[in-house]
Amino acid sequence: MPAPSIPEPTAMADKPYGIIATFDTPGALMHAAEQVRDAGYLKWDCITPFPVHGLDKAMGVRRSRVPRISLAGGITGFCTGMSMIWFMDRFDYPITVGGKPLFSPLFAFPVSYELTILFTAFATIGGMFFLNGLPMHYHPVLNYDQIRRGTDDLFFIVIEKIDYRYDPENTRALLAKLGGREIQEIES
Amino acid sequence: MSHASEHTADAPAVLKEVNPAVKPRNAMVGHNRSFSWITEKICGIAEEKTPIWWWWCFGVACVVASFTVIGITYLVATGVGVWGHRNPVNWAWDIVNFVFWIGIGHAGTLISAILCLLRQKWRTSINRSAEAMTIFAVVCAGIFPVFHIGRVWYAWFLFPLPNSNYIWQNYRSPLEWDVFAVSTYGTVSVLFWYVGMIPDLATMRDRFNAVGKTLKARLYGFFAMGWRGSSRHWSNYEMAYLILAGISTPLVLSVHTIVSFDFAVSLLPGWHTTIFPPYFVAGAIFSGFGMVLTLILPLRAIYHLEDLITQYHIDCMCKVILATGTMVGYAYAMEFFIAWYSSNPYEGFAFINRAFGPYWWSYFIMITCNVITPQFFWFKAVRENTTLVFVLSLFVNVGMWFERFVIIATSLARDFLPSSWGYYSPSIVEIFTFFGTFGVFSVLFLLFIRFLPIMAIAELKAVTPQADPHAGPEHT
Repeated sequence: MPAPSIPEPTAMADKPYGIIATFDTPGALMHAAEQVRDAGYLKWDCITPFPVHGLDKAMGVRRSRVPRISLAGGITGFCTGMSMIWFMDRFDYPITVGGKPLFSPLFAFPVSYELTILFTAFATIGGMFFLNGLPMHYHPVLNYDQIRRGTDDLFFIVIEKIDYRYDPENTRALLAKLGGREIQEIES
Repeated sequence: MSHASEHTADAPAVLKEVNPAVKPRNAMVGHNRSFSWITEKICGIAEEKTPIWWWWCFGVACVVASFTVIGITYLVATGVGVWGHRNPVNWAWDIVNFVFWIGIGHAGTLISAILCLLRQKWRTSINRSAEAMTIFAVVCAGIFPVFHIGRVWYAWFLFPLPNSNYIWQNYRSPLEWDVFAVSTYGTVSVLFWYVGMIPDLATMRDRFNAVGKTLKARLYGFFAMGWRGSSRHWSNYEMAYLILAGISTPLVLSVHTIVSFDFAVSLLPGWHTTIFPPYFVAGAIFSGFGMVLTLILPLRAIYHLEDLITQYHIDCMCKVILATGTMVGYAYAMEFFIAWYSSNPYEGFAFINRAFGPYWWSYFIMITCNVITPQFFWFKAVRENTTLVFVLSLFVNVGMWFERFVIIATSLARDFLPSSWGYYSPSIVEIFTFFGTFGVFSVLFLLFIRFLPIMAIAELKAVTPQADPHAGPEHT
């Protein structure tokens, strides 16, 4: 592991977005995240190449709200299926086929079932993108010259400038104390 | 172990001496490879210069695929009569091939969805390519029903779109259910595949950026949606992925159930059986795992992926084939038993005719490939012999194609009235069309290997021992 190096003050960004620190293992990141959470920071994030088990709790992130959107999608899908078939085969153009009833929830079920799943899938993925604010092709974090490692093998903590506890000196000192290295400001 | 000692504190004294055996966990990634090794290995496959073998395979696949193009062009220009179906066999290779390809796709969804819910970590190294296989198999499957309708430019009549006749679709028909099942299946499979790939596309974007390949970085970056590995994003992402797995599980079971309804809801002896839905689903998973092995074993050898697809992975897949193959064998036996037990002369005749009638040879191939082949996987020596596993997986594919042929052709060729009996053989146009779909499938799969991450990089990293945050010295 390379020795921790704190960049010179001349490396300060003109309009900083926040401070980023590098951690080498998920364990070190998790430990640091717990401390940052306990220090009362709210506008901060971890950058990890894969979902680290238990990091949500360490960061104090609430349970995801995606399931609510999925449920809404599923209910919409089922109702769409049932009402569509009722409208088409019973209301708009009734035709008797094989002496079967014009509408029955039984034969409408397979199609409604599939539409439930289809709409749930779209709602889940749409909801995930919406809650994550994606697509967002420009983000200050992506300007960091080592960000490539954040989708490869390193772990970062970013504390944003807009956090009310943010202080260039103290925040930097906190991250250094927690074992972060390559601590530097990133341009917004 | 601290939890264990807490529980034993107020337990009978003898229990304090009981030490539960530590079952060794199978390593998901061999040689304890690092995170960056995994990234380098998988991204390297798509980033390297196109290998010569790839061009050869791609060329051959294109030539094979052109057979489908020729077959279909001739059919569209002439009419459905160029296929070999005629009374009484009005459904034949088209539906056989459709069910065959759809069934192959099902293993992809099983691996990505059901095994995800069951927390089977071994799925991570094969799920991406298995999902790709699903999508490409659905593409191949779709060709047959769409062109069997004859005037393919009216294929949109299958969907609930207002048309000039003002007539809507008949939702009392299982064929209309099938339209919804298969189109939902295709759509959800693509979505699932894509969502799983977003973090890996971001990895590739950042790697291309680092070496200055801006155009590629933008292209991959466009599809990566600006993913930056944020933990707040991962939280929603993992939840979304879990829900997708949760809805894909009933989806994959319902799709093949509805496909089997195409037959089971009819009144034809040999088709009108309640065993069809579970039997079709087991068969689909059986054939799909056969195809997964057929595709993965050469990939593993070419790209030296032995550390990512370990012997443990192959063992697991062989065991799934053994289990589902045995279920299929049981279903064959049970069909016979019920045909006899029902005392229905037509039903009884349909099954005797399957095994000993004019199509006895296809029944024989089916039993050999589907019932006898998987039994070899009881033996460890067989599962560890990659070449043998590959050959057996090919037999599984052949067997499952014949299963569909046996069900469809034998039941139709000899139905109620002996005066209307017939014998079906495919025309050259059908043979061309079916043969060509293997080319279509291979072309798509080769493009996938060339341009996309063939394994779920992020998920693979998450199952390595060093990904456990409690593994490090900070938490001793």
